Amino acid sequence: MSAQAEEYVTEDGRKIGGVMMEMKNITLRFGGVVAIKDISFDIREGEIRAIIGPNGAGKSSMLNVISGFYNPQEGDVIFRGKKRPQMRPYKVAQQGIARTFQNIALFEGMSVLDNVMTGRLTHMKTGMFGQAMWWGKAQDEEVYNREKVEEIIDFLEIQAIRKTPVGRLPYGLKKRVELARALAAEPKLLLLDEPMAGMNVEEKEDMSRFILDVNDEFGTTIALIEHDMGVVMDLSDRVVVMDYGKKIGDGTPDEVRSNQEVIDAYLGVAHD
Amino acid sequence: MLYREAGDFKTTYVEDGQTFPIKFDRIAYYILLAVAFGVVPFIINDYWANAVLVPFLIYAVAAIGLNILVGYAGQVSLGTGGFMAVGAYACYKLMTSFPEVSILIHVVLAGVITAAVGVLFGLPSLRIKGFYLAVATLAAQFFLVWLFNKVPWFYNYSASGQISAPERTVFGIEVTGANTDAWAKYLVCLIFVTACAWLARNLTRGTTGRTWMAIRDMDIAAEIIGVNPLKAKLTAFAVSSFFVGIAGALFFAVYLGSVEVGEVFGINKSFLVLFMIIIGGLGSIFGSFAGAAFMVLMPVLLKNILVGGLGWPTDIAAHFELVIVGGLIVVFLILEPHGLAQLWRVAKEKLRLWPFPH
Ligand SMILES: Nc1ncnc2c1ncn2[C@@H]1O[C@H](COP(=O)(O)OP(=O)(O)OP(=O)(O)O)[C@@H](O)[C@H]1O
Ligand SMILES: [Mg+2]
Repeated sequence: MSAQAEEYVTEDGRKIGGVMMEMKNITLRFGGVVAIKDISFDIREGEIRAIIGPNGAGKSSMLNVISGFYNPQEGDVIFRGKKRPQMRPYKVAQQGIARTFQNIALFEGMSVLDNVMTGRLTHMKTGMFGQAMWWGKAQDEEVYNREKVEEIIDFLEIQAIRKTPVGRLPYGLKKRVELARALAAEPKLLLLDEPMAGMNVEEKEDMSRFILDVNDEFGTTIALIEHDMGVVMDLSDRVVVMDYGKKIGDGTPDEVRSNQEVIDAYLGVAHD
Repeated sequence: MLYREAGDFKTTYVEDGQTFPIKFDRIAYYILLAVAFGVVPFIINDYWANAVLVPFLIYAVAAIGLNILVGYAGQVSLGTGGFMAVGAYACYKLMTSFPEVSILIHVVLAGVITAAVGVLFGLPSLRIKGFYLAVATLAAQFFLVWLFNKVPWFYNYSASGQISAPERTVFGIEVTGANTDAWAKYLVCLIFVTACAWLARNLTRGTTGRTWMAIRDMDIAAEIIGVNPLKAKLTAFAVSSFFVGIAGALFFAVYLGSVEVGEVFGINKSFLVLFMIIIGGLGSIFGSFAGAAFMVLMPVLLKNILVGGLGWPTDIAAHFELVIVGGLIVVFLILEPHGLAQLWRVAKEKLRLWPFPH
């Protein structure tokens, strides 16, 4: 199985490296509810990794564990070969992990530009006194980061709305702005929780294209949750399948598609 | 000259990020500054200074401070009066302990001390939000007033329990004490307002401001994109209290000259400044000025019209004022939560497109 090789090149010529993030025997409970049961999987450098499963399977919980928002009761998160201690989410962000949310979590009172600029916080170094004076270094930093943000804005084709308050945008654009904010951090690992939920076909196509471009142009490793099977099969290099908090499948889209347990639990129920 | 954006292209991000992106606004702003510094001091009299301009300027500083905390960082505070008292008493202790040091430095130091106290009382904000935080700051308000009443060291064991500002000069000109000229009071306050507004504007348009607003709009998402909530909230309390402390110091030393803490810095003061930013506009420096101007001018106007013009008794006019303020708060909270600043913005947007609205 090609996916097990140390490093390989995909059919479309993208390089997939060694393991970047390893989830080891993760168990997460909320009181009596076991959201994740002893799950292990890994994410490799440069790949697009999908997490799928029916509603309530524990997919979002898994992303929340990766981004440090939940602390699992059992198991280890191993990032770049090192076991990650319990860590506040902002520290995780500083390690180069960015994400979007299933229910859009933008800063509604701020403009698109300011929202995306907040994405660059982990790159901001000048102190508050410099900023208060707005001199030399603080201003240079602002301009430099603005340039970076404008690149992202161009990339995602949201130039026309950059000064618009986010609260006024339609749903599809909000999703795109949220992606822009995550990308602005120049993350090593990008977590996307249902980036295409609630979108029409055209918007989904746009979003798929952006995800592929991000992976291709910036070499960003991506883990995404998605319900649309067509999208998942098209985009992802490998897929983890969850059901009731357990992992029931893991492999290339083709392998997963032909896995009987997955078909029973998920694909069969959905359609086909 | 037409009020236009067209033809005024921004070619750098520095230009795009400036405070007044429209040339007309910029010019208007410079003219305003020039008049405020170059003309007003020569024509000001005691009535205008004491009834309107000096309180307006000082309240503007306090409102900027509170707006940073409430409007930008989304942390409710009802402790403004108490923090102004900290600034006032810090300034008093500094003035009397180090008479040789400039009063200007004392005022700034009073701000720094208030910032430290603000951080201390801001600590609960790490655990509690909204209503509960408001109650916690309310407790701070009452505690601080009680403290300054109770501990004689703060008022240098004076018999009256009040604090009185000794006479101090800047470049040989008296700025505190009974014999201060109106223009000197005005100018000192104007300098502080200008500096505070400039600092606040710089902080709010940059990284720090975005961090605060991120915490305000959605604290969970803010933390996940890398905002340290502890740092964001405590810096908001610190910067806010710094400005409020400066306002308190000026209110005591320059404006009133002597202060009885419960009377001047009581809970009413907290509400007054809160009303200023609600009416003026939450999350707007301009709104802080607009709200301060409104709340200072309205009683003066009403008094002139109702008492002076229509011959109403003073107490009825005063009650009428409360009714108007109350009504306006409700109106603004419901119809225009962004206050006068937003009305102004909308008016300007209309003007920019005039006469072709599409
Ligand atoms: N904060 C929480 N407190 C209590 N229970 C929770 C919490 N978050 C998730 N759960 C429970 O954990 C389980 C998994 O939820 P999760 O949101 O991870 O599912 P999901 O796979 O993302 O589902 P969906 O496709 O609907 O988004 C559910 O039973 C949910 O009710
Ligand atoms: Mg989910």
